[in-house]
Amino acid sequence: MTVKELSEIKGFSVVALPDPDREIGGAYCCDLLSWVMGRAKADDAWITIMTNSNIIAVASLADTASVILCEGVELDSEVKALAEAKGVNVLGTEMPIYETAAAISNLI
Amino acid sequence: MSEPVKFKYDVQGGNFASAGQASVQVKKNLRQIGLSPEIIRRISIAMYEGEINMVIHAGGGIAEVQVFEDKVIIVLDDRGPGIPNIELAMKEGFSTAPDNIRSLGFGAGMGLPNMKRYTDDMKIETELGKGTRITMQVNFE
Repeated sequence: MTVKELSEIKGFSVVALPDPDREIGGAYCCDLLSWVMGRAKADDAWITIMTNSNIIAVASLADTASVILCEGVELDSEVKALAEAKGVNVLGTEMPIYETAAAISNLI
Repeated sequence: MSEPVKFKYDVQGGNFASAGQASVQVKKNLRQIGLSPEIIRRISIAMYEGEINMVIHAGGGIAEVQVFEDKVIIVLDDRGPGIPNIELAMKEGFSTAPDNIRSLGFGAGMGLPNMKRYTDDMKIETELGKGTRITMQVNFE
């Protein structure tokens, strides 16, 4: 499933989608950045509630397919612009982390 | 053998908004050189962790990346406080980062372990009150 396809599923919304055709290979849930760097795999959907600008660098360097922001947390416009500029996909959802991961697990 | 391609960056201390810029730039440069995505990922992550360490603990420093035909060597040089106990610092989960850093999602005690995990060789030279130099190598094969 591509990130764009996931964004069109009910419950998910687009925050930034500069690389819509990116395939999602799996998912990883964590809010500690170094933990994500160490354990997330390339092409994972990274499910988190962190919203500071460092998530964009982490997602870019760890080469995840998309950041998925849970619980309705929102990005500042600056961070959103950074995501667009760095080619980092970011989707949003009102669901908690567990439900988000379970939903993605059923979809991919 | 041809000369290595070199990149050098000044890493600013305490500036979390721009933290990671050197690593993101390195990633871009390595892509242009045409290295494989997995090698680029390993180098970028190891360098980012080192860069963040310099921002948090050392007031910044210099990052130098050399690309050879068969490997990449990254040297991170800072004039920070030095590492009192390397064995402890290398332990997953051990962290001396202050609370305000942790609230940003850093300080998980995974920086140095991740740098070791993603590189083929890592050497730490440190002197208390003088600074730390970390040399990491990633082989292409």
